[in-house]
Amino acid sequence: MRIVTENLSYVYSEKSKELAVQALNNISLTIEEGEFFGIIGQTGSGKSTFVQHLNGLIKVGKDKGSIVIGDFNLTDKKCDFKSLRAKVGMVFQYPEYQLFAETVKDDVAFGIKNFFPALSEKETEEMVKTAITLVGLDYEIVKDKSPFDLSGGQKRRVAIAGVIVTRPEILVLDEPVAGLDPQGKREFTELLKNLHKTTVKTIVIVSHDMNFVSENCTRVAVFSHGELYAEGSPKEIFSDFTRLKELGLDLPVTAYLTEKLSETGIKVESDITTDGFSDAFAAAYIENKEKRRREE
Amino acid sequence: MRDIAFGQYYPAKSFVHNMDPRVKILLSIAYIVAVFLVAPFHYLGFAACLLFVIIATLFSKVPFLRILKSIKAVLFFVILSAVLQIFFNTNGNLLWSWGIIKITDEGLFNAGFIVARITLIVMGASLLTFTTTPVELADGIESLMYPLKFIKFPVHDFALVMSIALRFIPTLIEETDRIIKAQKARGADFESGNIFRRAKALIPVLIPLLISSLRRADELADAMDARCYSGSDKRTRYKKMKITYRDVLGFLVVAGLITGVVFLNKFYILITVL
Ligand SMILES: Nc1ncnc2c1ncn2[C@@H]1O[C@H](COP(=O)(O)OP(=O)(O)OP(=O)(O)O)[C@@H](O)[C@H]1O
Ligand SMILES: [Mg+2]
Repeated sequence: MRIVTENLSYVYSEKSKELAVQALNNISLTIEEGEFFGIIGQTGSGKSTFVQHLNGLIKVGKDKGSIVIGDFNLTDKKCDFKSLRAKVGMVFQYPEYQLFAETVKDDVAFGIKNFFPALSEKETEEMVKTAITLVGLDYEIVKDKSPFDLSGGQKRRVAIAGVIVTRPEILVLDEPVAGLDPQGKREFTELLKNLHKTTVKTIVIVSHDMNFVSENCTRVAVFSHGELYAEGSPKEIFSDFTRLKELGLDLPVTAYLTEKLSETGIKVESDITTDGFSDAFAAAYIENKEKRRREE
Repeated sequence: MRDIAFGQYYPAKSFVHNMDPRVKILLSIAYIVAVFLVAPFHYLGFAACLLFVIIATLFSKVPFLRILKSIKAVLFFVILSAVLQIFFNTNGNLLWSWGIIKITDEGLFNAGFIVARITLIVMGASLLTFTTTPVELADGIESLMYPLKFIKFPVHDFALVMSIALRFIPTLIEETDRIIKAQKARGADFESGNIFRRAKALIPVLIPLLISSLRRADELADAMDARCYSGSDKRTRYKKMKITYRDVLGFLVVAGLITGVVFLNKFYILITVL
């Protein structure tokens, strides 16, 4: 399913003059099926507001633009939001705070009970088992535990299992690695990559971690003060050093190194993933060395 | 949920904002007493109270519309009491009747009287909360309750509980909002079904909310411990409350209001004769 938003705007507390906040302003963005799409921007730039539109948690206002996702026209009053939410999964920041059931199994099954109440117990359990295994937990060990007895990282995995259990085609994540340690972050990244390969077609992720974005995303959108500031491949986005600095955004290490090296006259052309950069750098280094030897 | 006008602070620098919270609380109580002192059929007393609210609002720089809007929060209550009076008060002269419903002149008068009373009280009370931050309010109440210390009432702890509760209301609203959204994203439905279904649908919201509140309380207690908080009397204040000319002036005006209302009650007949 393809996501197309056109001229999307949103104002919080629109009725009140003093409290009104223009959170989104004329956002036109297309996300193709199969993308690993990153959204970056400083705090308050409207990222969360935007992604909450994608499964109808925030409704598109009148004359505030349009959103079409696959066959769903979210601007339409008659849009079936329940079916949409089964297709577009949403993982919030600190997703573990949404756990509530007595056992891990029941919590993960919550989505199935809501979206597909007609499924049998057996089918439900099968889906729950698949989801829990997918997030890297051992079903037999955790299924009857209380979700509140798990570690932080495990809780987060259970919460994510609770979202992917209904096999959404699009998974939207709003800063999902906040509060994880480096090891947890790495594992989480692997988990996302694995999901993208196996079950979820499209991933849309809001992230403050530029290294993560440059490493994994196929395309990136930069939000600034509710507007779409730029859009393109990580390489294109992160080549504009000074503009990003002005927005108060970091650069991935690879982009930073590329810039520093070019100042000393060494041109490294890469897609700024770690692998791409290392290869290009090695090549440039050897070439440079050779050039010097010839000159001697 | 964020749009509740009643009980919200309106930031501004004004005469009323700068008054001592203790004095403001006391004067608000005095004002409410004044409203209650107005005797039935002596509507000039209400006019005096209304005049007072308008003048106080002018001095507070709060838009008058805001004050009016705060009535919305109790509108249902106002209408209900008015309707009860109009339809079910059977004393006085009968004006109109239909079955068991009898409308009498006294019923109409009483309805007007109650509506005026509630509206005036809510306007005054909301002026207090518009011009006084929750923290100031809590400090003011603590200070006013000081005499209770002599009967061993834990005034300071009480005030602390109060200010923590006030502090966490917006946080709780935000948290509720977030959890509702997260469960909606998992297909939870809070809008359809009968009352039992809806109540049951709230469980996935209430449990995470309860848990995060407990966690918050724990964290807050730890943070206070880490900074060696102890609820002793020897704590000094960051903001000292001080009585200034503003408070004296406010006191005089409210004293004038009460005298005026009593005067109007007594001499109403005299005025109508003149
Ligand atoms: N519920 C709300 N009510 C009123 N204003 C809001 C609300 N939620 C967000 N805003 C405002 O809308 C703007 C955009 O907020 P949003 O949460 O979308 O930003 P963000 O890019 O996700 O920021 P962050 O990186 O901090 O999560 C901000 O100015 C914020 O203050
Ligand atoms: Mg956000």
